[in-house]
Amino acid sequence: MIFDYTVIWDSLPLYLGGVLVTIKLLAIALFFGLLVAVPLALMRTSRSPWINGPAWLYTYVIRGTPMLVQLFLVYYGLAQFEAVRESVLWPYLSNATFCACLAFAINTSAYSAEILAGSLKATPHGEIEAAKAMGMSRAKLYRRILLPSALRRALPQYSNEVIMMLHTTSLASIVTLIDITGAARTVSSQYYLPFEAFITAGLFYLCLTFVLVRLFKLAERRWLAYLAPRRS
Amino acid sequence: MLNGYGSSILDGAWLTLFLALTSMAVAIVLGLIGAACRLSPVRWLSVLGEAYSTVIRGIPDLVLILLIFYGGQDLVNRVMPMLGYDEYIDINPFVAGVFTMGFIFGAYLSETFRGAFMAIPKGQAEAGAAYGMSGLQVFLRILVPQMIRFAIPGFTNNWLVLTKATALISVVGLQDMMFKAKSAADATREPFTFYLAVAGLYLLITSVSLLALRYLEKRYSVGTKAAEL
Repeated sequence: MIFDYTVIWDSLPLYLGGVLVTIKLLAIALFFGLLVAVPLALMRTSRSPWINGPAWLYTYVIRGTPMLVQLFLVYYGLAQFEAVRESVLWPYLSNATFCACLAFAINTSAYSAEILAGSLKATPHGEIEAAKAMGMSRAKLYRRILLPSALRRALPQYSNEVIMMLHTTSLASIVTLIDITGAARTVSSQYYLPFEAFITAGLFYLCLTFVLVRLFKLAERRWLAYLAPRRS
Repeated sequence: MLNGYGSSILDGAWLTLFLALTSMAVAIVLGLIGAACRLSPVRWLSVLGEAYSTVIRGIPDLVLILLIFYGGQDLVNRVMPMLGYDEYIDINPFVAGVFTMGFIFGAYLSETFRGAFMAIPKGQAEAGAAYGMSGLQVFLRILVPQMIRFAIPGFTNNWLVLTKATALISVVGLQDMMFKAKSAADATREPFTFYLAVAGLYLLITSVSLLALRYLEKRYSVGTKAAEL
């Protein structure tokens, strides 16, 4: 037999630990990413170039450069400056997990902001006019009409972004974290079985991807039921 | 420029660009084959096409790169002795990179192409057949030019993602601009400077691509009306 799976079976705890790290990285990045994305998306829908411009520049630069470069800029790059090394933030910025989460959150915030801005711009004018006719203030209009509706309609595209982000977390293994890919790299170099090690990692990611797709299907059924094609 | 590492990074930039372009050529061929399989009425072909696009798109690029580069090399060297070939085979990182990226993005492009072919109204191919065109003529003269029009927005996206993903090939030792920047950063202890320079170069590549593809989109949309609100 040319494949040796006993080693993989023995390393299963390492992989399962990796799954937890991957999920943790993904959850933290998505949470903070979305938190930043909402105000950015609102800025992107503004007609004033002073508000729209900075948000546009941010998303353009982040979306135009590779994630690996962004990660290296945060993890290795910032250490170049003495001011950073002597600041109170240094214990965090020298920590690989913190840097990975920060870089991933920055990255996903840019993509999510663009998705959300597109969804906000596609709000049917009738909804806005109706809200104005009801005498809602601007803040209330955003809180009650625009954001809930836009967030729902962004779900299908946002599910793609979440899956892309799951795949992006594999870069954490390059900055020494033991996520699924990191576990595979450890197994691969310890036993010199790269093929089996990475195939196993691939299977774990495939399972996680399917779970996420399924969850978003459920979420769409819950929140987007009113847009689903009518059953005849 | 850049402590004398400027020219080395520029060399790397050309390699990045060359890698992206050749990978895209491979990806286009695989994407067309994949789309043809998925649209084929033959059942096992469409299942095969779907399995290709689902599995590849469900696994991170980095894992696939490590799998094909290290795993593939390992597998080749395990299988070849059984076939009576005893020398150790070393796969060239550039060739491996081109095929890996081509293989990955072929799956993404097959989705783009499939959607574009499906967006062409059925009557177009029927009209071509009514004029007495052969199947191949209908495909080349009627379907492909219109498919390109529908595929450009998706293609632009795939190209940008591919260009950025080439940075990952530096992890397996291809001396692209990311690799060169890392060497320079390690040697000078000025990582921020070099990674920022490389970020700027990637931004330049993506910006120029965006402009070029937008121009192409305009050219291929000649004669179509856009609804104005």
